Amino acid sequence: MKVARSWLATFVDLPESNDVLRETLDDLGLVVEGVEVVGDGLDDVVVARVESISAIPGADRVRLVSAWAGGEPLDIVCGAMNFAVGDLVPLAPVGAVLPGGFEIARRTMRGVVSNGMLCSGRELGLGDDHSGLLILDPSLTPGDHLTNALGISPDVIFDLSIEGNRPDAWSVAGVARDLATRLNRPWRDVALASGTSSVTTASVANAGIDDPDLCGRLTVSYLRGVRVGPSPTWVTRRLEGAGMRSINNVVDASNFVMLELGQPTHPYDASRVAGRTLRARRAREGETLVTLDGVTRTLARVGRGLGDTGEDCVIVDGDDQVLGLAGIMGGASSEIDASTTEVLLEAAYFEPMAIARSSKRHGLRSEASSRFERGVDPELALRAAARFVEILRASVPELEWLGEPLDVRGSTPTPSSVVVRRGDVARLLGEELADVEVTRLLEGLGFGVRAVTEGLEVVAPSSRPDVRAGARGRADVIEEIARLHGYRRLPRRTPTWPQPGGLTIRQRERRVLRDVVVDLGVLEVWTPTLGSDEDFDLLRRDRPRVRVTNPLAADESVLRATMVTGILSAWARNVERGLGDVALGEFGVVFRHPDDEGALARETRGGEGGRTSLKLPFENERLTVVLGRSGDDATRALRLWSSIAGRLNLDDVVLNEQAPLPPGWHPTRSATIEDARTHAVLGYVGEADPDLVDHALGGNVERRVAMLDVDLDVLLDPTRATRRSEFTMIPSRYPSAMMDLALVAPDALSAHELARVLREASPLVEEVRLFDVYRGAGLASGSRSLAFAIRLSAIDRTLSEEEVTEARQALLDSAATRGAVLR
Amino acid sequence: MPDASLRELDTFVNDSLALIEGLASLEDLREAEASLTGRRSPLATWQRSLGALEPDERRSAGARLQEARRTLEEALARRGEALRDVARREKLDRDALALGDVVVDQVLWPLGVGRAGLVARTQRELEDVFVAMGFQVADGPEVESDWYNFEALNIPPAHPARGMWDTFYVDLGDPETVVLRTHTSPTQIHLMEAAVANASLPIHSVMPGRCYRRDTPDARHLATFHQIEGLVVDRAISFADLAGTIETFTRAYFGADIASRLRPAYFPFTEPSAEFEITCTICRGGGCRTCSGTGWIELGGCGMLDPAVLEAVGIDGDEWSGFAFGFGIDRCAQMRHQIADMRALIDNDVRFLRQV
Repeated sequence: MKVARSWLATFVDLPESNDVLRETLDDLGLVVEGVEVVGDGLDDVVVARVESISAIPGADRVRLVSAWAGGEPLDIVCGAMNFAVGDLVPLAPVGAVLPGGFEIARRTMRGVVSNGMLCSGRELGLGDDHSGLLILDPSLTPGDHLTNALGISPDVIFDLSIEGNRPDAWSVAGVARDLATRLNRPWRDVALASGTSSVTTASVANAGIDDPDLCGRLTVSYLRGVRVGPSPTWVTRRLEGAGMRSINNVVDASNFVMLELGQPTHPYDASRVAGRTLRARRAREGETLVTLDGVTRTLARVGRGLGDTGEDCVIVDGDDQVLGLAGIMGGASSEIDASTTEVLLEAAYFEPMAIARSSKRHGLRSEASSRFERGVDPELALRAAARFVEILRASVPELEWLGEPLDVRGSTPTPSSVVVRRGDVARLLGEELADVEVTRLLEGLGFGVRAVTEGLEVVAPSSRPDVRAGARGRADVIEEIARLHGYRRLPRRTPTWPQPGGLTIRQRERRVLRDVVVDLGVLEVWTPTLGSDEDFDLLRRDRPRVRVTNPLAADESVLRATMVTGILSAWARNVERGLGDVALGEFGVVFRHPDDEGALARETRGGEGGRTSLKLPFENERLTVVLGRSGDDATRALRLWSSIAGRLNLDDVVLNEQAPLPPGWHPTRSATIEDARTHAVLGYVGEADPDLVDHALGGNVERRVAMLDVDLDVLLDPTRATRRSEFTMIPSRYPSAMMDLALVAPDALSAHELARVLREASPLVEEVRLFDVYRGAGLASGSRSLAFAIRLSAIDRTLSEEEVTEARQALLDSAATRGAVLR
Repeated sequence: MPDASLRELDTFVNDSLALIEGLASLEDLREAEASLTGRRSPLATWQRSLGALEPDERRSAGARLQEARRTLEEALARRGEALRDVARREKLDRDALALGDVVVDQVLWPLGVGRAGLVARTQRELEDVFVAMGFQVADGPEVESDWYNFEALNIPPAHPARGMWDTFYVDLGDPETVVLRTHTSPTQIHLMEAAVANASLPIHSVMPGRCYRRDTPDARHLATFHQIEGLVVDRAISFADLAGTIETFTRAYFGADIASRLRPAYFPFTEPSAEFEITCTICRGGGCRTCSGTGWIELGGCGMLDPAVLEAVGIDGDEWSGFAFGFGIDRCAQMRHQIADMRALIDNDVRFLRQV
């Protein structure tokens, strides 16, 4: 919200320094997002009359203007087209410096000397209009300084960010109230019109509320003798300073009052309102309305989102025809125009949540709806009407305001009354403040404060609907005390507690895992969570997917079910840059639709009030690594996995080469990683399917890409991925016996599995390590020789020869049970 | 076309189908394609001879020829598919590797410098600071129900405050009831609910994680981003504790010469609420373009837990009180490393990943 310093100054004496004012506003939570100086640097600009306009040969975008501002007429080259001979316009003569530091010099354009510049509103910092020159009031005197002529003095516009819980501060008066309280200076109220006519409003107009839950108050004033025309300059300057355009004196008065006091009002052309009646009621199904923006709105249609029953509050006339969407936007049929002479002025209170729902459902936000949905002061309506009349009388002095404006009440919130108990302030803020100070601060904001036995009883003003009841209200009131007192003056204390901080085992192991992978040369990437259907279909065609209903782009609408495609395409882009010789990995979450086969849906609280149980997608944390360096193949991926398994002390993992692989994996060069005890699947290791690599690189390429994909939900869960406890095996102090065994094994028996069998063959086995694989001459096809180095030992003795021989036999017997025989 | 020719055509089609079924390689298939449907095929010859026929006859004969051609083309396509499958299978089988037989010790591993992601590293640094201050670390889900993301945090349906978060809705159940979490705050609710269920209050936790907002990415914002959130629920916790915690964290993480200050703000889940600013890390408080000359930059939001939130999770506000705070992990990384454009974080350009 843009607030001019001069407007604030009508309510409260301000600190001289704008920096101090800015700091003060910031510290009150009325955050200053920008400061703009206007009307400054206009000292040299004068009022000039256009004497003649002539074409410049060869130029069709500029013309030569002769302008008179007293003295000799000046020749000026001008590009604007919106003026005529006799118009008064602002002239910046040679030597003038315009706002922003632009200095006017004598220039030659198209061979013609230009002795100054005729200015637009924007060039002078007097508004946003840059479509042509600022045409001045014909009653001004040429040669006068513009500042004198327009009564402009330099002003500062503060652009404030008003928080959603401060509807009261969304007005000049409200901001001034905060400042007055903080600065401990008096707050001056505005002048309100009096002098209503002896004709009563009820004698010509009607008002009613059919649905008091939606409309809490409807006041209607009746104005006669209205002449629609321009507003006085001081009104338009105020509006422009706030970023609004002047429309006509009636609409301007309505906007002025909204900006100043925070009460939206709506003026109707009385002659276009059947029965001069305004009634607020619930819209009925099937009703439509053409709003001022020209859009046809279907009313009372059930909306999306929790709790939206589709109710709209509308204003109807005496024929029950819909005139407008209450508190949001009026209809085109009863708009004020040049012919309007009698005005019905609505100033009302609407139920904030009803306005919020309607506004959201219709995708229609207005200055009015933004205020109503936050909660306008229900007691403000008639004061706002009086202020409206006061402003409009500046341009229409003979305006007749009919007596006893109509005032119909529905239900409005009762201002909260809260008891702030002794000690409450200290409990919440960490410091006790004196009752007298608390009272001063709250009374400054319009709260009623009364000492009671327990402490202070505080009654919120009607302008503060954000203040709740009970314990919540206590927090609200104490926040106000803290805010006005100043957050920066409150004490600070670093709390301590006996409970230790720290990470969970899973978090610690995740860190270890990241370190292992990074130490081995993997660059961590961050690929998109949201992808396209095409990406999803690459690996999970026809599977249910979790979709976002309102994506930013169509190819960002599906939650990823794997990171493989994302990392592969990140890698492919680096290949294009000639930087594909890399290993990329990502730690992240992938999502499975609750209806997907094998997905463990997450049950959680949901629905309105969290009263129902919802099935949400299964979120699975994984680590996926793509090895794209030259020479990378499945054996490298396996090497990476074995480093991880070793570092996490995994005890009993096996590679299952028979288990079906997910799509995307090379069918004959990949394996499933399982825990031999729990049979939990830890992940997959191997290579990407060549077709997938071709797809990623966009062509037929013979390039191996190795991959490792690990399920961290399993891997980091010791009950599913079993670990060897560290340091339980004390190495024997006695010499070990070493032996090599070359075993011929059928291809179906993997070395990995055979090593496991050997390890369990005898309690004396300390270590089994594969060191050679031989295939070829001398061996039957369908088998190969696997050479293992085996270390035997016992904790309490040197092994005897017999023991070694027995152990060897046990090893061979065990091997034989799986079809492996000594070579 | 005379009957004899039609019979000839049928025979040709049947023979060709048999031939196609017998094709053994993709080369053979290509040859067969040319000889059966190409320009020198009998089909083409017949096609050319149509011109000599009467219009009626020409129409029916033309249709027969079309049908024959389609039959053959489909058979060729089917056979091609099958042969490609076989070829792929053969190639994969030739390529087969028994992973269980790999002598892992002998696999050469190239040396190379890896890097944890900038976000992950920043997150770890932040966690470490908070852990040293006595906090535990909690993770939470990324897809949340309206209850956790909004309502339990005192943001009822359709409340205007929801406009503070541009929300991605997930297509599950009733419209707009499931969301991609817009902040890490729902994890607070999970923690408090669990603490109530397990009678395990107090809570001193930070909650880092990925969040989503429907906001077109630019140099300062990404639609996917990371936050870290802090929650303390204990006895006799006041705003002074909150301000002190923020100050201790700021100096520990950003350096002893970086201070913090609070100013009033509004969040539905805290009351009183504050935004916290820290000394501008660019000019160290002297005033520069980044901080608009004020010497301060905004880092995050914080406040005392709103009684409505405590009520929603069933915590007795007379016995327990607490505070929460939150800020952007990516933003910390951006500030610390002077990253001009946040989008570099999701480009995954190796040159960026290696240097950061």
